[in-house]
Amino acid sequence: MIPWFALAAGVPTVFGLYWGFFETPDILSQQKEYYRIIFVHVPAAWMSMWLYLVLVGWAVLGLIYNTRLSFVMAAAVAPTGALFTGIALLTGVLWGKTSWGTWWDWDPRLTSELILFFIYAGYMALQSAIEDSYRADRASALLAIVGLFCIPLIYWSINCPDPTQCAALHARSSLSAIETNILIALWTMVFAFWMYSFAVIFVRVRNIILERERNSTWVSKLVGGDPS
Amino acid sequence: MSTSSSSQAVLVLLRRDLTLAFRHRSEMFTPLFFFILVTALFPMSIGAERSLLQNIGPGVIWVAALLAALLSLESMFRSDYEDGSLEQMLLTPQPLSLLVLGKILAHWLRTGLPLVLLAPLVGFQYYLAGETLITMMLALLLGTPVLSLLGAIGAALTLGVRGGGMLLSLLILPLYIPILVYGAGAVAASATQSLPAQPFLLLLGAFLILAMVLTPVATAAALRISLG
Amino acid sequence: MIAEFFSMGGFGFYIWTSFGLTFLLMLAEILYLRQQRRTNLKRIQRISRMNARSDS
Repeated sequence: MIPWFALAAGVPTVFGLYWGFFETPDILSQQKEYYRIIFVHVPAAWMSMWLYLVLVGWAVLGLIYNTRLSFVMAAAVAPTGALFTGIALLTGVLWGKTSWGTWWDWDPRLTSELILFFIYAGYMALQSAIEDSYRADRASALLAIVGLFCIPLIYWSINCPDPTQCAALHARSSLSAIETNILIALWTMVFAFWMYSFAVIFVRVRNIILERERNSTWVSKLVGGDPS
Repeated sequence: MSTSSSSQAVLVLLRRDLTLAFRHRSEMFTPLFFFILVTALFPMSIGAERSLLQNIGPGVIWVAALLAALLSLESMFRSDYEDGSLEQMLLTPQPLSLLVLGKILAHWLRTGLPLVLLAPLVGFQYYLAGETLITMMLALLLGTPVLSLLGAIGAALTLGVRGGGMLLSLLILPLYIPILVYGAGAVAASATQSLPAQPFLLLLGAFLILAMVLTPVATAAALRISLG
Repeated sequence: MIAEFFSMGGFGFYIWTSFGLTFLLMLAEILYLRQQRRTNLKRIQRISRMNARSDS
């Protein structure tokens, strides 16, 4: 199943990029070609947020139904989510350099992304710090849920440090106002990132299960004849 | 479950905690000394120019308060965890969240409140005066309980974990950001007279109420997870 | 023309670095997972060999 996802990730990426580079007109004129960065920056940022929701979803399921697999899914999502957060940050910094002239500007959205990175890091750190996997799973699940509650507060506090008025550096343009060609390329990239995520996460789930069950007999039997 | 026995239990717990803390008075002073020391470091490193200090004062004081709170968090549950009384608390018929609230209150009374009372001294260091000092005390009065409340979740999650102190800081600091932003904002607004400080204080009050309602539940859940 | 494509109006460095980093990091993740899998399998084989030895 995994190879299919890999394929599903590869093709749209090529397609999305092609579209993004050749089909979209140079609407913002030659001086603003750098806007093409958004074709990785925006999808990556979206992925970082959606994957966190997925993580919390699995965490909640795990806590309610007490199923080990849910926790394994949550743990598998985390590194990929963190990766996309990192990509969003790095590309965001590069975007900032080109469009605002500085490497880092404490722009609220980018700063919130940084905090999200720390929240991912906290989740993974807590999981690896506790040796008992039963307790580790549940503790980090609870942490993720608490984090979810706090993220909107954190975002709003960074976005509006002054409660009486709010300002932001990211121009607030509604999605519908964006040229269709760009939208198509964007959504294609988002789809591609999702396929990539599925593939990578499922591989990781397999790895985690192998690692956790390494002392059990069914695993030894499975591996016995096949050292690939 | 009768409400009178629950509130009785909380009062007993509160008295016990405070008595214990009073017996180990020196432990109470460490976070306070830390607070004063950190705030004293900045003028030494950045320079003692009056307007500069007035500018950075609110932020520095709040960050120092945050760090001092983090330092003191580990002690919230540790001694009870080590002598087994924490497990006893889990077994009593009284609702755990209520007991937790009592413990958090005790913690704040011995770490947060002294800090609030001590803050004007530090305020003088930073050339803050009169009304600003009062605003600062109010803001800290509203904010430090939230620090204790949120920190309790982290303390419960990292109970007994190796390297827990640093991990605790990594987990909790992102969650502290809204309080930091608005707390420092309140003091800054009052200092520069550019904005009314009241909206900030109202927001902090809202945070406090929200935290009082939600965090004991989360902390109780975390305690159950950590103690199995 | 191709040179123009690569330079992207002078912003080539930023744009290509962005894309490059993205793909590099994704590739790194995939390779890391592969490595993890191989380590796991080796460990399991070692464990089953130890068990077999102690049984017989």
